[in-house]
Amino acid sequence: MQIELYINHQQVLLTVQPDDFLVDTLRKQGLFSVRRGCDTACCGLCTVWLDGRPTLACSTLSFRAQGRHITTIEGLRHEAEGFARFMAAEGADQCGYCSPGFILTVLAMKRELANPGEADIIHYLTGNLCRCTGYQGQLRAVKKYLGVAECNM
Amino acid sequence: MFTLLNIAQPDTQQEAYRLLTAKKSNVILGGCAWLRLGSQTIHTGVDLSKLGLNFIKEYDTYFEIGAMTSLRDIETSVALNRWFSGILAKSVQSIIGVQFRNVATVGASVFARYGFSDFLTALLALDTEIELYQGGRLTLAAFVDMPRNKDLLVKVIIHKTSRTAAYLALRNSQSDFPVLTVAVSRLDGAWKIAVGARPTRAKLAAQAAVLLAGAGRDVPPDCLRQAAELAAEELPFGANMRASAAYRRLLCQTLVQRGLTEVTACR
Repeated sequence: MQIELYINHQQVLLTVQPDDFLVDTLRKQGLFSVRRGCDTACCGLCTVWLDGRPTLACSTLSFRAQGRHITTIEGLRHEAEGFARFMAAEGADQCGYCSPGFILTVLAMKRELANPGEADIIHYLTGNLCRCTGYQGQLRAVKKYLGVAECNM
Repeated sequence: MFTLLNIAQPDTQQEAYRLLTAKKSNVILGGCAWLRLGSQTIHTGVDLSKLGLNFIKEYDTYFEIGAMTSLRDIETSVALNRWFSGILAKSVQSIIGVQFRNVATVGASVFARYGFSDFLTALLALDTEIELYQGGRLTLAAFVDMPRNKDLLVKVIIHKTSRTAAYLALRNSQSDFPVLTVAVSRLDGAWKIAVGARPTRAKLAAQAAVLLAGAGRDVPPDCLRQAAELAAEELPFGANMRASAAYRRLLCQTLVQRGLTEVTACR
């Protein structure tokens, strides 16, 4: 079947099978930032935005993207680089395999939550796993990036 | 590996039901979050996206939640969470992550009657009805006990009562499936105690609720303990990879007692 959608603001026409998942469809388009991590819908590495909402590409059938807007990190290059500098400064980038999904979730959170405290940040990012280390470095990077004041925690 | 041969996107509920029942291996596609974990072959997946079932509507005396509404929408609905001590948001907020809850749908969570469903447990402790295309309107409690059959869940209806409620669950780690879920509510003297992830479908502890009904407004702590013990006795528990039946029974007693205590503290 054919679907017409927008990937990073560009209109594209794709041929997909009924049981294709978005993660595979997007990777076939060369969007290798979309990762397959856990294969059980729990790691968040395959996160993309579907109409602006962070969504698991491994659990979304591609046909459902018909007429909708997909955003990957390739479409948010400048903003993603801005946050990546905070990650690197905290030594939180490590192997980087989870970074695209993580960064997309952080950028979505920035748009969705007003003045989040530490608990709000942790709650929003719980669906993103990193197997390299713990999450303290990432949390420091997010808080500095969002400019979360100490009194807000 | 799961295989899906065809997609249908009907414009009416009638057509959706016809397609669903046209072939044994035809199914309704909900959020599809668990599909890839199974190995079924589906002849036609019936997608409900064109039926306008993505809504949370507030009326004077009830809420209506469409089958295609996401669990994230439940979590963030200000109107819905002004009610029932906000237990609906509490019940879904530990389900994996925001991305997953943006995918998972109300209809699939309720219709599939997953044993591990946090949301189903919370709904069961409220005054909840569901509307099926073929089966019509019935209480959620009746639906939960029914055998599986092919039907189309259209919406969930929650009556606005002044129930105070509490939701508790234990997980081995944050965002994992729950080991046990408990939802407790009180409307005047009428209590509801729902326990899920036993590990089978959520169920109401009816005898424990009756015990509490006779205890009046200020339930003595002893009576709360007795009711929690009774709930753990009257419900069946099973074992799976997350916990044994004996552990679940102990946990049930503790979580129900905490839930009851929380609700009695609500003024």
